[in-house]
This record gives sequence, C-alpha cells and structure tokens, in this order.
Amino acid sequence: MTGRTRRWLLAAGRVLLVGVFVVFTAFPFAWMGITAFKQNSDLYNPEHNPFWFNEPPTLEHLEYAFTKTRFARWVVNTALVGVGVVVVTLLLTVPAAYSLARLLGRWGERASIAIFLVYLIPPTLLFIPMSLVVTTLGLQNTLWALIVVYPTITVPLCTWLLSGFLRGLPRELEEAAMVDGCTRLGALGRVLLPLAVPGIVTVVIFSFTLSAQEFVYALSFVTATAQKTVSVGVPADMVRGDIFDWGPLMASAFLASVPVAALYYLVIERFVGSFTLGGAFR
Amino acid sequence: MAVAQGIGGALSRGRTWLERDRVLAPILLVPAVAYIVLLVGFPFLFALYLSWTDATTGNPFGRFIGLANFALVFQDPVASRALRNTFVFTLAAQVLVMVLSNVLALALRRPFRGRGAVMFLLLLPWVAPVSLSTIGWLWILHARFSVLDWALRGLSLLPPGANMFWLGRPDLAFGAVVAVHVWRMLPFATVVLLAGHSAIPQDFLDQAEVDGANLWQKYRHVMLPLLAPVAVVALLFGTIFTFTDMTVVYVLTRGGPFDTTQVLASLAFFKGIVGGNLSVGATISLLLFPVLLVAAVFVLRAARRVEVGW
Repeated sequence: MTGRTRRWLLAAGRVLLVGVFVVFTAFPFAWMGITAFKQNSDLYNPEHNPFWFNEPPTLEHLEYAFTKTRFARWVVNTALVGVGVVVVTLLLTVPAAYSLARLLGRWGERASIAIFLVYLIPPTLLFIPMSLVVTTLGLQNTLWALIVVYPTITVPLCTWLLSGFLRGLPRELEEAAMVDGCTRLGALGRVLLPLAVPGIVTVVIFSFTLSAQEFVYALSFVTATAQKTVSVGVPADMVRGDIFDWGPLMASAFLASVPVAALYYLVIERFVGSFTLGGAFR
Repeated sequence: MAVAQGIGGALSRGRTWLERDRVLAPILLVPAVAYIVLLVGFPFLFALYLSWTDATTGNPFGRFIGLANFALVFQDPVASRALRNTFVFTLAAQVLVMVLSNVLALALRRPFRGRGAVMFLLLLPWVAPVSLSTIGWLWILHARFSVLDWALRGLSLLPPGANMFWLGRPDLAFGAVVAVHVWRMLPFATVVLLAGHSAIPQDFLDQAEVDGANLWQKYRHVMLPLLAPVAVVALLFGTIFTFTDMTVVYVLTRGGPFDTTQVLASLAFFKGIVGGNLSVGATISLLLFPVLLVAAVFVLRAARRVEVGW
C-alpha cells in the first residue's frame, strides 16, 4: 500500500467514524424534527417507512402546540425565569468575583475554589429541604421560586468563572486609572468592567441556559400548569394519561431545545475551560 | 457652609474608608456567600435534620426517631435496588463514555472543513435541555412505533408486526437508561479531552513519527500519558453528573418497569416530593453525599495536576 492510499484510507475512516458519532448524538433531534411535521395518519401507520414523508408534511402539530397547549406560556415563563436568574446572578457574582480576583489575593483563590465546589452539590441532594424553604417563603407554584433557587446553581459556577476571567486581565490598567485620580470602585466601573464584557456575557448566557435546562427543582416546586417552564411543562403536561400526542410533543421539544442548545454552544468552551483551567488551581 | 464642609468631609472619609481593601473585599463578597450559606448550606443541614425525624409534608418538623430512616431504607428492597442501580448505571455509562470519547477526540483533534457544524451536532446532547431531549428517546423507544423496531423488522431480525418493548422489559429498560446517559455525557467528555489534545506539543508527535511509531503507539506512549489528568477530570465530573441525575430515569421509565430502573435521586423524588414523606426522601437523597464528597476531594487533587492552556 502506498503512502497516499494509506493516508486516503485513514482520512476516509476518520470521516466515517465521525459520521457514526454524529448520527448517534444528533439522531434524537432529527427524529423530533421529522416527527414534528408528519401527519398523524402517516406517523401511526406501522407499514410506512418512518424516515420518509409518505404523506405531505403538515404544520398542524405546531399549530396544536401553540393553540391547544400552554406551550407559548411555558416559553414566556422560561424567558422570565431566565432573565430573573441572570439579574440575580450578576448582582451577586460580579462584586464577589472582583473581590476574589483583586482584593483578597491568595486567600481569594482558595475561596473561589471553595465556591466552585458548591456547584458540585446537585439539586437531587437538596430538593426536599429546598421545597420546605420555598413553601416557607410562600413561593410554591410561582416563577419566583425558581428565580430565588436557581442562582444556587449559577452563582458558584459563574463566580468561579468570572473571578478566573478577571484574574487574567492586567492589573496595570486599573492601577494607572487610580494614579490618575480614580477611586477603586471608579476604576472597577470605568476600566475593569468594560474589559470584562466577554466574561460577563458568558455569565449571562450561562445563567440563562442553565435555568432553561433545569428540571428537578422546577418539577418539585411548580405543579400549576400555567406557572411551568418549558423543560417541565412539555414532559409533564403534554402527556395525557397514557396517550402521547407525539406530533405536538416532538414539535414543542424540538422548538424549545434547539435555541437553548445554540446559546449554550456559544459558551461551551468557557464552560469546559472552567473545569480544566489549571492556572487558577495552582 | 461649615456644616456642608463637615458633611463633605465625613462623606469623603467614608469613601476612603470604603475604599480600603480590607473593608471593600468583604462587603463585595458577603452577598454571594450569604446567599450560598442560606440556600445551600442551610437546606443541607435541614436535610440532615430531616433524615433523623419522621417529618412529612403535613408535619414538616416531625419527631426525632434516630437512625430509623436509614434502617428502613437499607431494609427496603426498592431502595437497595435503587442504590445498586445508581452505582451500576454510573459505572457502565462512564466506562463506555471514556472509551468512546477517547476514540472520538482522536478523530477530531486535527482541524477539518465543517468542524464547527460537526461539533454543534456532536454537542447537542449536552447543550440541549435533557428533559426535552430524553422525550426524543421516548419516541425512538416507543412500545409500538419505535423506529428501531421498524429497522429491526426491515433487517428481518424481528418478525413482522413484533415489537421489542424497549422500556417495558427490565433488561432492555436498564440498557436504555445506560445508553441515554452515555449519549448525554459523551459530548462533555469529548470536549474536555479535546482541550487536553490541544495542549499536546506537536513536536512530541512529530518526533514519535520520525521514530516510526504507528497511530496506536503514538496514542499509547505520547498522547495517553499527557491526556490522563484531563481524562480524570472528565471522568470525575461525568461520574458526579450521572450519579446524581434523576431526569433521564424520570422521563424515560419513571423508575419502571416494577422499580427495576429506579435510582436514588428518582426514588427520593417519588417518596419525598410526590409521596410527601420528607424524612425518608431526604434520607435517600443523602445516600448520594458520601460519593459526592469523595469525588470532590478527587476533583481538587486532579485539578491541581491539570495544566491546560485555554
């Protein structure tokens, strides 16, 4: 075998391998997408090739999802919760990250690791006592329950991420601003924060997508249909007894998950980076 | 005038006082820390408290009953099954994820045309909301209209009109839960490993090639030692995420058939939230904690060793 054929075979093998993996990871989404546009008579006929539109595509499932279910309401709720969580997260995270990165020195690094470890505590460990907290605050069955509780997930991760980001920005610029008569907070607002915009945007996207993805707390604290978020409303309320409306179900799942996925994809490298960033751990 | 000066002076003194690092640092940090203590620390302590009582939704403080809940949980066959399932699901999924992600990362390490789009498709299971994507699996594994059954019938591996009942048989449902966990964690592990790959100096690989190493030898002797610390990070986080997850089981099987796929997290939900038995639910949840603690210790130790430039 010549070197050229060998290289060609290797490249072909690689394409094939990646192709198989792409089918594995993306198939459920493709399947949702196809199902969403198929007529019921086509969907529930076992003789029909399921990969093919044996009857013309239809928008009836989308229409059903928007007019006959609370899907639109759930989308709005998800957005409201997301925005609320972003605001709370920013208010708590930006000052804390600044303090950890710039004011506390070596102790700040250790403290930010401790805060990061809080991210490892999963909702499934806390949801039962948390449901009592939510009830005591009178927030059960409201979106506020989620806005109050979700930052327990976003704040640890985002504080860690943002303090790492701020540590990577040069100190000299703030020091120069302070020599020129800025106060410390002035230097923070006028010099550091504008430079930190990429880090802050990451925090915003993260907090939003993590709250849109969350399932356990939302399932536990919100049982009223009108107050649900998409991630709970679709799996819990679009199933009527044992009868699934597969068309509308797939249409809503597809429609809700793809934008969240696209948003999250934008920041995935920073997310993974926050796990593997050796520098901050040294 | 004098008064105004006095106020101005006090204000500027106040400001310089506020500007001191020793004063400013805690003021900025306290809100976040207080929030975490109140909404993570306190609920955790409250979970510990609940596990020693007979609290229910009707009587959320309950009576102190010692370790009776733990005794109850360990005698309950469903809870023991859930405990074992939690370990087996995690172990099986992580072994598969480690093998597959290493292969996939190897195939993706060098840039190629369309890599961004391919990465998006590969990452979908991780970046999409898992409760929604698992519904996709529910439809793929449907008792009557499963596309897999259709394909098997087409290949004559299944008689005409027959079905596998993927989620109706304990063995197949077990496999389905593992498969969906693998599907979900594979992208995460792959991206972490790719970060490791990007930190391997090209000289090392070139040198190995000059020395006549084949692909396997290059992987085994050059890449693997350098990837190991990053792989450990992927493994630890994958373990934590899978071990504590209840969404996949909840959406896919509700723990069924006959509680054979129940895990600790889903059982805690059914007992504590659905059934209102707060004390037993909290006790089952707390069984997750020892493993989390060990994993967290390893995360700290592993992270100290990893030095990947991002």
